Amino acid sequence: MIELRKIWYYFTRYIDGFLLVGILTLMLVGLIVLYSATGANINKVSHQVINISVALVVMWLVANIPLQQIRRLALPMYVTGLALLIGVALFGEINNGARRWLDVGITKIQPSELMKIAIPLMMAWYFDKHEITLRLRDYVGATILLMLPVFLILKQPDLGTAILIAASGFYVLFLAGLSWRIIAGLGIAAASSFPLVWATMHDYQRQRIMTLLDPSQDPLGAGYHTIQSSIAIGSGGVTGKGWQNGTQTQLDFLPEQSTDFIFAVFSEEFGLVGNTLLLLLYLVVIGRCMVITANASTQFTRLIAGSITLTFFTYIFVNMGMVSGILPVVGVPLPLISYGGTSMVTMLLGFGILMSIQTHPKLIKT
Amino acid sequence: MKHKVELRNHPIELHKFHLRLAVSAGFVLLFFIVLYARFYYLQVSQQEHYHTLAEANRISILPLVPNRGLIYDRNGKALAQNYSAYTLEIVPSKVPDIDATLDELATIIEITPNDRQRFKKLMKESKRFKSLPIRNRLTDVEIASFATNRYRFPGIEIKARVFRQYPEKEMVSHVVGYISRINDQDLEQLELNGELNNYRGSHHIGKIGIEQSYEKQLHGITGFEEVETDAAGRSIRVLSRTPPVSGNNLILSLDLGLQEAAEKAFGDRRGALVALDPNNGEVLAFVSKPGYDNNLFIGGIDQENWNLLNNSIDRPLNNRALRGVYPPGSTFKPFMALAALELGKRTAEYSMSDPGYFSLPGVDRRYRDWKPGGHGRVNLHKSLVVSCDTYYYSLANDLGIDNIHSFISQFGLGRKTGIDIEGEVSGLLPSSAWKMKQYKQKWYAGDTISVAIGQGYNLATPLQLAFATMVIANNGKAYLPRLIKQIQNSQTGDIEDIPAKLLYSVNLKPQNLEIVKSALVDVTRPGGTAAKAGINTAYTFAGKTGTSQVIGIKQGERYNEKSINERHRDHAMFIAYAPAENPKIALAVLVENTGTGGSTAAPIARQVFDYFLLGQLPEATIAQFTESVEDHAHEHL
Repeated sequence: MIELRKIWYYFTRYIDGFLLVGILTLMLVGLIVLYSATGANINKVSHQVINISVALVVMWLVANIPLQQIRRLALPMYVTGLALLIGVALFGEINNGARRWLDVGITKIQPSELMKIAIPLMMAWYFDKHEITLRLRDYVGATILLMLPVFLILKQPDLGTAILIAASGFYVLFLAGLSWRIIAGLGIAAASSFPLVWATMHDYQRQRIMTLLDPSQDPLGAGYHTIQSSIAIGSGGVTGKGWQNGTQTQLDFLPEQSTDFIFAVFSEEFGLVGNTLLLLLYLVVIGRCMVITANASTQFTRLIAGSITLTFFTYIFVNMGMVSGILPVVGVPLPLISYGGTSMVTMLLGFGILMSIQTHPKLIKT
Repeated sequence: MKHKVELRNHPIELHKFHLRLAVSAGFVLLFFIVLYARFYYLQVSQQEHYHTLAEANRISILPLVPNRGLIYDRNGKALAQNYSAYTLEIVPSKVPDIDATLDELATIIEITPNDRQRFKKLMKESKRFKSLPIRNRLTDVEIASFATNRYRFPGIEIKARVFRQYPEKEMVSHVVGYISRINDQDLEQLELNGELNNYRGSHHIGKIGIEQSYEKQLHGITGFEEVETDAAGRSIRVLSRTPPVSGNNLILSLDLGLQEAAEKAFGDRRGALVALDPNNGEVLAFVSKPGYDNNLFIGGIDQENWNLLNNSIDRPLNNRALRGVYPPGSTFKPFMALAALELGKRTAEYSMSDPGYFSLPGVDRRYRDWKPGGHGRVNLHKSLVVSCDTYYYSLANDLGIDNIHSFISQFGLGRKTGIDIEGEVSGLLPSSAWKMKQYKQKWYAGDTISVAIGQGYNLATPLQLAFATMVIANNGKAYLPRLIKQIQNSQTGDIEDIPAKLLYSVNLKPQNLEIVKSALVDVTRPGGTAAKAGINTAYTFAGKTGTSQVIGIKQGERYNEKSINERHRDHAMFIAYAPAENPKIALAVLVENTGTGGSTAAPIARQVFDYFLLGQLPEATIAQFTESVEDHAHEHL
């Protein structure tokens, strides 16, 4: 008995129970929706259970690593990631008109996924290093560190990932104390550079933005996703059509319903009541992450925790925004719910870091 | 190390960080509220709108085409029927290269150049996403060989369809008409009439004849199936079904046997025959020769057959009975005679001497009788029996054109009879007012003279002459001529009789009618112009011959049949009814370019009567003719 308790203790000592319960609840919701979205395809659900298990193992492992160890990985990870991104740009495989994958012999990898973790780590590390003498040029340096991979990913092109990575980097800058004046300046600069960005965009990216402004322009083409998902959400009403009863879902009007557009399935079948509960559940998880961030003891851990938290939120907002038709369609999954292994692992890797920050002994405060 | 840690936890730094984190938390909340507002908008404010859209997505309405009503003759013989067969159909929008595909298809299933042409024509007339037939009536072997090669031909499918068929083809084509594919004009018309919904899924519509005029009865009511479909348009399940209501069956008054007898009697000659029941206006036979195979039009006629029909000198597409206008010739005389008696211009006893011509007072011009030297003394009875022209020249002059017009129009000449198929023309019964309106000229006394014998401006259709004959035969009752006798409700099977419709009655004195009618009986007896056709009849046979001029003969010339181009020869006319004392059938016959009514038109009427009244086939009647002619030859010896 004592032995079992000891094992349990060692097994759970670096796990944040509160956060874990939140995550598992969301995952369970995800599986329930997935079952409906795939038309009761038990194989796909089982596969997602495997994805989740793998991701949980990754989370557990990461949670058990003290942050000082992870900190050391920041620079190598970033450099490797950047090298791989350059590799993709030069030798990457073209799939659906985009160059995102790199064949490294044994397997194909998507380096931009690695960058999702590497960027916050690298930037947090960078600010941590320059903490005492933080000056404007340090922010400039950090921005360059950020913009290099973002640019490469934009060129693949993968707008969704580029936005998320840019956001995760920006959150580090913001939390590290980038002055409000510069933020305002950046905002103005971004707005005024829009025509330039527009000119360098790919046609399909422009199309997505045009479609957002008026989806009915191209109801069977680019606007199809947005129109059908809006119909799914709207027709769900307050109480929803009931699990496995969403006509938009079950009759395949909804595109990509198990991945990026799974929220529309949820929304159609569980209605505004379901949406409210889901938003609250996400808020609880984000809230817990915020608490962990606030309690973090070092500049590095604070920045990394804050960035992960806010990036998690960004996923949610961008995904729900695009599915409900207030943001352009960019390929961003709904965290912990969308079908897919890669994003699940990346997401839980982040939560692992947060747990590690929360549960490993903080450095002594004076 | 420790020193550094202290620096890191500098309270101001930490405070600044917490502030930023709080700002972030504020943003998170703000953005979640934005999301929530959006959800509220979609799911509460606009819920109804999106619900409607979702339903529209989900449910598609499939029309269920009703079976078209069948058409029968009065004895239940099929004139138009339906059969099921398989067709090979192409949706042009799904086939990028039609020609190449057709070439490939031709290696599996026979596709004639005609099929191709017809398909191309259909393609031009139809929308690109419509399924169009390339081949009808596939054989089992063809179905099997296409099925095994189906993967090679996306956009091409075998479909089970119901087809229309006209088993009697040429014989009744001018009555039954045909259905053909709905074209843009039809669609416009349907939309105008608010019937477009009932034609969802229908491919054919009646274009002419009974098929056209009883379209509403025949078409039926389209049913609908509410089907749940997925995004690819496949139907998942049927939600509700409103079955189609088949069109009603029509039973025509037409007697197919009689029609066939008339056809046979015509042989290869061109012309028309309309036979009516004088007791109710039912059309018993309605012949226009030549006819055409109306089956050719159903799927869209190919160019070759169209040219053949349309350019033929015999004009088979022309419905002569309904639309052909001919001078009625001497068949006009019985009506003139009735006018004379009714209006008191002549008595039965009055007689005149016929020198073989008539001249208006103070005018040199002579109006010749058909018989050189004339008929001697002629009274009204004889004038009809021998068809004396001179009698009517002088009568017409005494009556005046406007009396003639107003009296004879009571017999339906000069206006449409109102028969229940479309396209009827009104012919022409001239009057002084008409001439003024038409030519801005006053009526001359000379104009009246040729009108008297059914020539001049006079024009009538065989249907109008049959109608006029019916009115005489039944002592003045003008029944609406109609082809429809009964309508059978497709749902209940109940048969509804269409009642006879008396349009009006002509007020005629019985003694006057008797005078004219007894003369008409003598027309078919020895000494009459149709004596030959009237030999040995088992019933009293009343008639009047006529000759309808195709070209005018100049003053001082004689009509010489042999010297005139065949197509310019006179048309033979005959109106008749029988049995004279209690008429059961009244008819008008026209035989184009064959000379006098007595020799060619009257024998046709005789054969028709023999069939109708005695059940005797035309062959037997003809044999009887030959026999009697021999008998007569002996008598003369």
